[in-house]
Amino acid sequence: MTTENLIWLIPLPPLLAFFLIILFTNRNKALSHSIAVGSALLSWLGSMIVFIQALRVHELGSHPFASSIDWIPTADTWLKIGILVDPFTTVTLFFVAWTVLMIFLYSVGYHNFGQPKGDHDVPGLPPHGATVDEHGHKHHVPSIEPMYSRFFAFIGLFAFGMYTLVVSDNLLTLFVGWEIMGLCSYLLIGFWYAKESARDAAIKAFMTTRVGDVFMLLGIAFLYSATGTLSYREIFTEEVLHTLATVPTGVFGLTAAGLIGLLLFIGAVGKSAQFPLHVWLPDAMEGPTPVSAMIHAATMVSAGVYMVIRMFPLISAGWLEGQPLNPTMTVIAFIGAFTALFAATIAVAQNDIKRVLAYSTISQLGYMMAALGIGAYVAASFHLVTHAFFKALLFLGSGSVIHGMEHGVLHTGEHVDPQNMFNMGGLRKKMPITFWTFLIGGFALSGFPLITAGFWSKDEILADAFGHGQLPVFITLALAAFLTAFYTMRQITLTFLGEPRTKSAEHAQETKWTMTTPLVILSIFAIGYGWVGIPEQFPLLGAISSNWFHEFVGSTLAEIPEALEFSIIPLLTSLLVALGGLFFGWLAYRGIHTAEQDRLQIGVLKNKWYIDEIYNFLFIKPSIWFAEKFTYLFLDKGVIDGILHTFGRVTGTVGHALRNYIDKPVINEFFGDGSAHATQWFGRNLRPIQTGRIQQYMVLTLFFLFLVGGALLFFFRQIGLL
Amino acid sequence: MTISQIIFLVVAGFTLASALMVVTTRNLIHAALFLVATLFGVAVVYAILQAGFLAVVQVVIYIGAIAILFIFAVMLTRRDMRDRGPQMNRMQWIGALLALLIFIGLSFLLSSWDGYSAVAQEMPVDFDTMGRLGEALVSPDAYLLPFEVASVLLLAALVGAVYVAYTRR
Amino acid sequence: MIPISWYLTLSAALFSIGLFGVLTRRNAIAILLGIELMLNAVNVNLAAFWRYGDVNQITGQIFAIIVFAVAAAEVAVGLALVISVYRKKNTVIAEEIDLMKW
Repeated sequence: MTTENLIWLIPLPPLLAFFLIILFTNRNKALSHSIAVGSALLSWLGSMIVFIQALRVHELGSHPFASSIDWIPTADTWLKIGILVDPFTTVTLFFVAWTVLMIFLYSVGYHNFGQPKGDHDVPGLPPHGATVDEHGHKHHVPSIEPMYSRFFAFIGLFAFGMYTLVVSDNLLTLFVGWEIMGLCSYLLIGFWYAKESARDAAIKAFMTTRVGDVFMLLGIAFLYSATGTLSYREIFTEEVLHTLATVPTGVFGLTAAGLIGLLLFIGAVGKSAQFPLHVWLPDAMEGPTPVSAMIHAATMVSAGVYMVIRMFPLISAGWLEGQPLNPTMTVIAFIGAFTALFAATIAVAQNDIKRVLAYSTISQLGYMMAALGIGAYVAASFHLVTHAFFKALLFLGSGSVIHGMEHGVLHTGEHVDPQNMFNMGGLRKKMPITFWTFLIGGFALSGFPLITAGFWSKDEILADAFGHGQLPVFITLALAAFLTAFYTMRQITLTFLGEPRTKSAEHAQETKWTMTTPLVILSIFAIGYGWVGIPEQFPLLGAISSNWFHEFVGSTLAEIPEALEFSIIPLLTSLLVALGGLFFGWLAYRGIHTAEQDRLQIGVLKNKWYIDEIYNFLFIKPSIWFAEKFTYLFLDKGVIDGILHTFGRVTGTVGHALRNYIDKPVINEFFGDGSAHATQWFGRNLRPIQTGRIQQYMVLTLFFLFLVGGALLFFFRQIGLL
Repeated sequence: MTISQIIFLVVAGFTLASALMVVTTRNLIHAALFLVATLFGVAVVYAILQAGFLAVVQVVIYIGAIAILFIFAVMLTRRDMRDRGPQMNRMQWIGALLALLIFIGLSFLLSSWDGYSAVAQEMPVDFDTMGRLGEALVSPDAYLLPFEVASVLLLAALVGAVYVAYTRR
Repeated sequence: MIPISWYLTLSAALFSIGLFGVLTRRNAIAILLGIELMLNAVNVNLAAFWRYGDVNQITGQIFAIIVFAVAAAEVAVGLALVISVYRKKNTVIAEEIDLMKW
């Protein structure tokens, strides 16, 4: 089997798992998770084989693995769809395959496979624990999720969407994968559909990303009408890019390339939760934690960044290194940097362990967007990959923490929120594996020097920002990095360090191997992956390793971007902000025991800068008013139903009239009864002819004989026969 | 006017007069007797037509059997010796009209035939009417079959009449 | 000498008189008398046509003889019927035999 054929097959196992689970194995939990994890394993295997093959190809950027088929006939050409694996796709496939597999494995333990069914568990609500009788006294233990198989089916479909998006070679199938993931995010965020907050969050996620998707579709349509194709390789040619970059569109003075790039970027703003369409991501924490990991680290938000990186040649068409940025890139850089700082400020005031990570994701995605905005292609790709690993690690770790806390809650019977960090503390002793892996992830997020992957990728972005002279972006990102380190350390201190603050925290327990194994594996990547991207000019270490990542991924573009001159200032800045943030975070929170003592719980920050309330006032309420008052009451009930009722009444009247004036008197009486009466009358009056007297019969016969004979004679004489 | 014509006219007048009396007289016995007279007249007409056999058969069968039968029937069905009540029904005038119309119609129809005024040919001298008649009646290529069928008809009529009029004592 | 028209007129007249009798007489036997007259008229006609046509064609007379036979049969049966009806209904008046009326 050729590598191309293998690439075609990679997205299919999870799709097959989805259908099998939905149609056949829904009742059998063990079989369902086996099918799901098995399919993730198959896709992982395919991706690893492709990865290895890709590494062996010389100059993969100019000779990517590609294959396409004719799909939709359009006049004299075909719209082609297919697969494309160039260097950037290779590294993306790598992290997608690993994180997806880890999350699938993690879900087995997260949903408490092997535990008994809960006492009052209903499908649609999170499981609440079961009571078991052990050694004569009752234990509350965690119970298995009632909708276990359904979860695996949904994440299977999700994985299919992501793989399709990654391996596709054209915007159409990318969009297909994009939308499939949008659907699955709706299904999975609202997984516990009996909770109203989960339902609302699912709708919010879908609606918000939809706003972005509309603009993206406009961009795709514009691109197709301008170039007649949606395939990357056909668009990213010199002539096409040059044409698009020079044709003005008249909208905001943008060129065609700029406008398309901007429209596509808006789609990414929705999908990757950048300001102003970021509001769905924190609420999406309503879903089970593996979902949060999947959506917010490995796949869906990465898809937005992936698409922007993919479209980089288009976005940066006409721009050369060293020149001022074109309008689209300026917008991207601005929104990216702003979002990075904005989300970081909110994260410092959040108490829910998952919310902190949610805002952290928004912030990090802002980093990547900012990097792309200033033209740092390789840096953005690098950060995408490393972020996927450590963010997935952090989310799965938080899930493990929550599980441990829930165990404690069930054990002690306390009614505390297992997700509130102020109810935790001291968990490093109770949950060591979780602690160490979470620490590694947190340090990677903060950019702890040298040993964590996050350091290398973040440092590269800062270096690029400084090196290209984009000082506003540089300063904003540095501030955001400081806050990132600060709130990460806050989170670690409150959760793991110190002493337990509640009884539940005292009775927390480490989680099963199906949950801790993925944590360990991901932490290996969170440490080691950074080393493939050490810049050549880095003091000491640069000499040991060549910057493989830069060469490899950079070759995706037509021209490999030059590695920057090494400058000490960004390095110092990043060391300062990372270590400084970690130190201050530890310092500030090691003595705090309750939420009231936290001086950073400022209203504005805690309430997310009131963005949700603003949207509610500006958009939601007017829409509801419009739907209710105008469309429903006036149009639907008043106008349309009015017309229908009038029709009904008119028809009724006409029917009545027809019945009473035509049907009854004419047809019934005249024709119906009338013919009967006439027949009767004739019969009664003709009957006496039959008198029984033959002589009368004979007279009549002769009489008529004369009549007929006379007529015949007369006529025959006329014709001349007689 | 030749002799034969005069004879014919006398005989025809006699026949028609008798016929009229048949249909108008009140007394049925008289009617039957007038029928006999009419039949005689017709027999003479046959004779004038040189159909001798027919004339004789007419007298023997018609007068000798059928007219007698009529007289028998009249006698068997008298309620009393006098005929009471009208002997014509209500349709007298219509009947008369119709009969007249029929006569006129027939005459008219026949008169439009070319041979209407033809005169009789002379009969060949040695024309053996009887022989010819006999041969025709029994010859298979002539009228044997109608002859036999007629006898079957008479048998049927015989049986039928006996059966219909039969009374058990 | 005697044109055929005289014979034909005679037969037509006899026929009409017979018809008159059939249509108008009340007594059933009188009706049968009228029928006899009509049959005789037919016979005269047939004989006349024989004589005034090709004499060699004896068909005319044969026909007349068959008519004789038929007339005889018919009279026999008819009178038997009249007598039978008279025995049942005690009447010979045709108008009163109207069982076949409505």
